[in-house]
Amino acid sequence: MKIFKLIFKNAMRHPLRTLLTFLGIAIVTFAFGFIRTAISAWYAGVEASAQNRMITLNATSLMFPLPLSYRDKIAQFPGVQSVGTANWFGAYYKDPKDFFANFAVDDKYLEMYSEFVVPPEQLAAYKQERNACIIGRKLATRFGWKLGDAVQLTGTIFYGQWDFVVRGIYDGAHATTDETAFLFHWDYINERMKQESPELADYPGWFVIQIADGTDPIAVGEMIDNNFKNSPAETKTDTERAFNLSFISMAGTIMTAMEVISVVVVLIILLVLANTMAMTARERMSEYAVLKTLGFRPFHIVSLIGGESLLIALGGFAVGLGALIFIFKNFSVVITKLSNGFFGIFNLTNNTIALTFASALLVGVVAAAFPTWRAVRMRIADGLHRVA
Amino acid sequence: MAIIEVKNVSKAYRRDSLRIPVLENITLSVSDGEFLGLMGPSGSGKTTLLNLIAGIDRPDTGSITVAGDEVTSLSESQLADWRSRHVGFIFQFYNLMPVLTAFENVELPLLLLKMSKQKRHEQVKTALGLVGLADRMNHYPRQLSGGQQQRVAIARAIIADPTLIVADEPTGDLDKNSAIEILTLLERLNQEFKKTIIMVTHDQRAADKAHTVRHLDKGELV
Repeated sequence: MKIFKLIFKNAMRHPLRTLLTFLGIAIVTFAFGFIRTAISAWYAGVEASAQNRMITLNATSLMFPLPLSYRDKIAQFPGVQSVGTANWFGAYYKDPKDFFANFAVDDKYLEMYSEFVVPPEQLAAYKQERNACIIGRKLATRFGWKLGDAVQLTGTIFYGQWDFVVRGIYDGAHATTDETAFLFHWDYINERMKQESPELADYPGWFVIQIADGTDPIAVGEMIDNNFKNSPAETKTDTERAFNLSFISMAGTIMTAMEVISVVVVLIILLVLANTMAMTARERMSEYAVLKTLGFRPFHIVSLIGGESLLIALGGFAVGLGALIFIFKNFSVVITKLSNGFFGIFNLTNNTIALTFASALLVGVVAAAFPTWRAVRMRIADGLHRVA
Repeated sequence: MAIIEVKNVSKAYRRDSLRIPVLENITLSVSDGEFLGLMGPSGSGKTTLLNLIAGIDRPDTGSITVAGDEVTSLSESQLADWRSRHVGFIFQFYNLMPVLTAFENVELPLLLLKMSKQKRHEQVKTALGLVGLADRMNHYPRQLSGGQQQRVAIARAIIADPTLIVADEPTGDLDKNSAIEILTLLERLNQEFKKTIIMVTHDQRAADKAHTVRHLDKGELV
């Protein structure tokens, strides 16, 4: 008979109370992990940003494009290796509620985004066809699109119906790589704009710049922006990380609220477990007194109360984590769909697991602290008196 | 030869600003192998004196020496260790762990000693056999009668072969027959195994089993 056996038997003394607390922790673990994953998903673009990529856009707003002629000028600056062109297309498939990111990009852009892994033969096929597109694996799964499928999107910025053929499906090189994007030839819209709306032609939304290793991005940004100062379209150049961060900061308040909620749910379950442990310890004060009488030391009492608290907290964590893993493994596409494509990357990261584990551990330790302190400090005679 | 020496011991409890004296200047000597009965009305200080001798409470003044160890000078940690080696406890309400079997309850004190599992199990079986519960070792306290629970408690008290057994109203919660069984067992421990026993009791029949009976009244030995 070891102390672990006694801890387990004590925990099972009130099965319903233990089960309810256990389930409470499992649910909170699930909620906490889910919220933290949603927050991580929101910041995934920032985390996935490359160190050597920069974005140049119109200093007035992302809504205003830049002249195409800037591309060749930017390419001349020292430290700049390559310049790609991109436009936010903002079209939808069948239903406007079915949001997904779609971009018009040139070939240099694709070369820079090496994290979009496209099989070479698919990339070659894409390059040969003007209205070809490359889509992320999750987007393909979401709409059931396959190679060779014809897809028609409805433009909201570049009006009209736009026909595409799926020629490539990319996989993310990393877990944080977005696999929900829809990419197609920038020339496709530019040529059509030249015919239908010439004032919109030759105006990309932004430029993506690849800089050489060891180049100071701040210096490059300043050089570019200074060069276009006092021009009709002044520029604002940032690292890709800063650009993504500013883009998502628009929903910063919501994210902060979610972070607060995630902490609040942990605090609530802390109170629930603390209450359970306080009741448990109060009921057993005479038993702790007997154990002390027999020669058991304070650390044995700490082990008994703390062990029981940790058993419930970490057991609940294990069940909650199991549920999280199961849901993410089997229903991540459904989650992406339910969020209308808002959360393209919905993966349970090691950081989230570690944070959830640390929270459960903290809850287990803190909940046991006060009852343990009382039990350890209790005079044996007082504890024995409770029986009488 | 005296195994317990209590000299000029006083003890008072505090309730808010009020000081309530419980024991006043007690001096007592108990010989090795003696069976001492402590009697007295409720609130006379019997249990307090027993607790002081057993090292689970401390006197305000005076000294207590048990088997050559001055109990009053030991630290809490040393006291815990000392109790595990020298004192076996028997309580009125048995105080068994409800989630442990009779075997596991008796085994508890041995977990604090360095002992192989096999030897531990042998010793537990011997102790349970001695109190006549070899066939009930896998029963939980709720599956045993009051008398049987008290016998398990006695087995737990003697398992580590203590110098002294202290019993606080060991028959107080038992019917007549069970009480006789327990007293017979205590008498046997004293006579056959030469254990020194101090027993607090209200029961004259229980006190009759003791070699010596001392009376406490209002905190003083009379």
